[in-house]
Amino acid sequence: MNLWTVILLAAIAVLALKLAGYLVPQSLIEKPGPSRVLTLLTVALLAALIAVQTLASGSTILVDARLPAVLLAGVLFALRVPFIVVLIAAAATAALLRLFGLAA
Amino acid sequence: MATTSESTEPADAAKADAAAWRMSLSVGLSVAAYGLSFGALSVAAGLDVWQTSVLSLLMFSGGSQFAVIGVLAGGGLAAAPSAIAASTLLGARNTLYAIRMSAIIGPGFWRRVAAGHLTIDESTAVSTAQPTLRSQRIGFWATGLVIFIGWNLTTLLGAVLGDLLGDVRQYGLDAAAAAAFLGLLWPRLTALQPVVVAIGAAVVATALTPALAPGLPILAAAAVAVIVGVFNWFGKRA
Repeated sequence: MNLWTVILLAAIAVLALKLAGYLVPQSLIEKPGPSRVLTLLTVALLAALIAVQTLASGSTILVDARLPAVLLAGVLFALRVPFIVVLIAAAATAALLRLFGLAA
Repeated sequence: MATTSESTEPADAAKADAAAWRMSLSVGLSVAAYGLSFGALSVAAGLDVWQTSVLSLLMFSGGSQFAVIGVLAGGGLAAAPSAIAASTLLGARNTLYAIRMSAIIGPGFWRRVAAGHLTIDESTAVSTAQPTLRSQRIGFWATGLVIFIGWNLTTLLGAVLGDLLGDVRQYGLDAAAAAAFLGLLWPRLTALQPVVVAIGAAVVATALTPALAPGLPILAAAAVAVIVGVFNWFGKRA
């Protein structure tokens, strides 16, 4: 599978899910079960992506400059600092830790 | 009686319309800025400028787009099936939004197709926060269009800038990618149940990383949401 195939397949799948919502009967959402699972699914996937993006290096767990950067980002989000500012702060933290050889 | 209600209602409606426009613009402009980071991180993950732009134009759903590039950055093309699955599962919530928006959008095939493309977290949230049907429609279309235009322009800009940067680790962009997911997760941690699911999913994904191929631990963590959701553990009694 090349990169273009991945991008087009994923994009079409996501688009189809949006369009499907205008076709399925409204009664489906009235049930709390499916709606709750879908909402929690988003939370679980985002949390898993954070964990892997912060700690994984291929198939090994590696604590490096990413961890303090993400912890700082958590503090800044809690303080309601704007998204783009938090991202710059997180990147700068990891970059400086690496520049001064304090973390890999 | 009739004359007083006729004289106040249009004024109220105009006020509601104006409020919907204001909210759309402020939400739209602030969200559009995320596109800059998506563009830069996508190029850092190995996509070119065109591939990055196609994701923003066609997929147009921030969480799913970040998931594609996040999984590919960690596992390369070997993780392609996981990248597609993770972005599709994250996009499933848009189906819920679409069901919610369906009655507000109204009939017309092309109008519903266009609405489908613009159905995302923010357009749904702004629309459903408005008091009248007219202001709900304004909220949906204005927010969706402002974000669509802004998101795609800033994606392109971010991708071009990211291309010039070169070594991404040196600039801490790998840490910024994790922080981006945290920013998408944060507003959803409003009750005990999502917090428990988030912690559980993070632990499962980390624990399975040495055992499974890259990408699969993320999908395995989705099971936490299904189990907690189906049994409604840690949830409020409805």
